[in-house]
Formats: sequence, C-alpha cells, structure tokens
Amino acid sequence: MADRSTKYLHWLANPARFLRAARAVYPWCAGIAVLSLAAGLVLGLYAAPADYQMGDAYRIIFVHVPAAWMALFAYVVMAVASAMALIWKHPLADLIAKGSAPVGAGFAFICLVTGSLWGKPMWGAWWVWDARLTSVLILFFLYLAHIALTNAFDDPKRGAKAGAILALVGVVNLPIIKFSVDWWNTLHQPSSITKLDAPSVDPSMLPALLLMALGFTAFYLGVLILRVRAEILARKIRSLRMMQAGR
Amino acid sequence: MTGFYRIVGHELRLSVRGGIGSLVALIFFVVTVALFPLGVGPELEVLGRIAPGVVWVAALLAAMLSMERLFQTDYEDGTLELLALSPLPLELVVLAKCLAHWLSTALPLIIISPVLSLLVNMSADGLVMLIAAMFLGTPTLSLIGGVGAALTVGARRGGVLLALLVLPLYIPVLIFGVGAVEGAISGYGSTAPLMILGGLFLGALVLTPFAGAAALRLALE
Repeated sequence: MADRSTKYLHWLANPARFLRAARAVYPWCAGIAVLSLAAGLVLGLYAAPADYQMGDAYRIIFVHVPAAWMALFAYVVMAVASAMALIWKHPLADLIAKGSAPVGAGFAFICLVTGSLWGKPMWGAWWVWDARLTSVLILFFLYLAHIALTNAFDDPKRGAKAGAILALVGVVNLPIIKFSVDWWNTLHQPSSITKLDAPSVDPSMLPALLLMALGFTAFYLGVLILRVRAEILARKIRSLRMMQAGR
Repeated sequence: MTGFYRIVGHELRLSVRGGIGSLVALIFFVVTVALFPLGVGPELEVLGRIAPGVVWVAALLAAMLSMERLFQTDYEDGTLELLALSPLPLELVVLAKCLAHWLSTALPLIIISPVLSLLVNMSADGLVMLIAAMFLGTPTLSLIGGVGAALTVGARRGGVLLALLVLPLYIPVLIFGVGAVEGAISGYGSTAPLMILGGLFLGALVLTPFAGAAALRLALE
C-alpha cells in the first residue's frame, strides 16, 4: 500500500508528466464547472421553491455554502500538500500549496461577503461576532498570511517551505470552524446538509446545492491546475535565465 | 538541561543590560492603553465596559512588538548556527527563547497591569481575574510568537509580516482572556474560559517548539 502510493507520488513528481496529465484533466474540470454551475444556478434560482421562513433571500445559500466548503477544502489540500512537501520533498506539492492559497482565500472571501449579505435581512446586521463568522475570518487571515509569507523570501523554495510550516500550524483552526456551530450555541445556524442522518435541508433544494458544490470543486481544481502549470513554467523561465546569466 | 538554563539566563542578561527592548514594550503597552480613554471618551462606565478588551489587545500588541528580534539578531551574527550545532535540541532552544521572552516582556506587562486597570476603571474582581488570565494566556502568546519569529527569520519586511502571521493565531487567546475577565466582572464565573486558556497553553507548549525548530532549521539550510 505504502509502496504503491509512493510510486504514484513519484510518478506525478515529474513536472513534464504532470503537465501532460494536467492538459488531459483540465478540459474536464472546465466543462464540469461550467455545466454544473449553470445547471445549479438555474435549479437554485428558478426551480427550487422559496423558503417558508426566509423567502427568496435564502437563495444565496447556493453560493454561500459551497464557497464555505471550498474554503475549507482548499485549506485541507494546502495542508496535505505542505505536509507532503516537508516530509517527502515532493517537488510539485510546494506548487500545489502555493497555488491553492489564493484560490482558497478567494472562496473564504466570497463566503464572508455572501454571509454578510445574507445576514443583513436575516439577523438585521451585516456582521455578527459569532464563533463561525470569526473562525472563517481567521481562516481568511491565515490564507493572506500564507500568501505573504511564501512571497517574502528572495529564494522561492525557502518561501514555500516557510509557508508549509505555517499551513500546518494553521490546521488547528479547521476543526474549530467545522464544529463551531455545534460547540457554541451561536446565531449561525447549525450544519443542515452533512449530518449523519438525513439532511434537514429540503430535498427540493438539495440537488441545486450539490450541483453548485460540484461546480465549485471542478472550478477549484481547474484553477489549481492553471496556477501550478503557470508556476512550473515560471520556474523553468527562472532557471533558463539563471543559466543565461551564468554563461 | 544546563544549556537550556544558560540560554534563558543569557537572554535575560541581554534584556537587562542592553535592554531597551522590553522597556519599549512596556511603554508601548502603557501608551496604547492610555490612548483609549482619549479616543473613546473619558466616561467611566464606557471605559469599565471595554476595559478587559483594551488591556488584552494592548498586551497582545506589546508582546508581538518585541517578538520580531527574537531570532533575527542571532541569525545575523551567527549565534543561531552555534545554537543549532550545540548538543541541546533546537526544540529546547526555541522553548528557552520563548521562556526568556515571556520573563523579560510578558511578566513586566502583567506586573504593571494593575496600574493600567485603574486607568480604564476596571473593578477589583476583574483585576484579579485579569492577572490570573494573563498568567495563563501570555505564555501562549510567547510560544506562538516564537513560531512566527522563527518563520520570518531572513524575510523581507519581517516585522509587518510577523504581525500578519501571528495575530490571527492570537485571536483565541484574546477571546478567552477577555471572556475570563468579563465573567469575573459580571459574576457569571470564569472557570470555562480559564480552562480553555490553560488548554491552549498546554497545546502550544507541546506543539510550537517543533514548528519553531523546523522553521529555524529551514532558515539555516
């Protein structure tokens, strides 16, 4: 098992091979993202019925919740890639962590903005200092810190490693975000989809939500591939320039 | 273990003799707290209500202010490489540095906080709890700050970057530190926030030396 997984890791460690695999995967990501986002928006904004309490205002859930999931997911990807980079010195893991951070920061920002827009009609305030909002805000700050730290060194490899350590330190925040609504009795409603028993969200709203989540995931993967590809090429250019300068 | 105590003693002597650093942090703490009555207005009621938060935020910033040079000067003059070569594990070096930072910076803040609490009209109950909460909370600040300082060794614009790295991680300490004091003032009790502060401290004590040492090894590569 361990043997096979390390072999797989080695297989992807070759940038040229990764670029080839990425070229094959990328159109699928883009296609799935466009199709499921379009279908999810149509289903969510037109087909799903209005909520009996919140009226049409609840429809922002179709952006808010997937964005929140992806903000967490991108951080998990970043943390796992960081651990791989530190443990196995995997050459692509650095790039995946670096590429994940801005996208995750974007998702966290979308989550905060849509949550704020949703909070105004529902709670009567743009911002409430409850546990989940605060912890997502911390996540957003952590993303920004990671981006700043990876770019703070003259040697990009040094920055990547420092960023990896920071990403692993920041992992402590993930369970706090995930369970904040269960641990603290706050204004933010508890999770209604990923419960162990049946989800408490109405079945008529579920397909749209899942489609949006699929679309967001595909979008994230697509953007990640683009960013990693750009980073590989940037490194190639850098080393070519170094060789030229050395001549 | 003698190496550990030597580092702590060395750092303390440095801060006492050449020590404008921890004095600056102390003055910064006092001035920041004194700014709030000027900004918010001198009504004692309002000040009393925001007092725990004001003192904690000022303490947070003061602790962070002096953090920047924790490893940077050692890195620049080569001491860090000698420390890395010494038989003492780098994790313990980080821990010793954090302990020295706490003794030289955070402890004076705790000692002077009774005076400051008068400035912002904090009640006696609140003051006792503030001191207890700071004893539990500020070591966590030193430990987390140690990781941040180790990560930013050799970075461009290290100081601002350190604030960006460390402040988000300081937020739990701030929340529960203020929670403990407010619990004491309002009479709701502050056992739960104090226990969480203790938990944060223990967790940080176990985990941060490893992260800090990893970051220092990276800087020395």
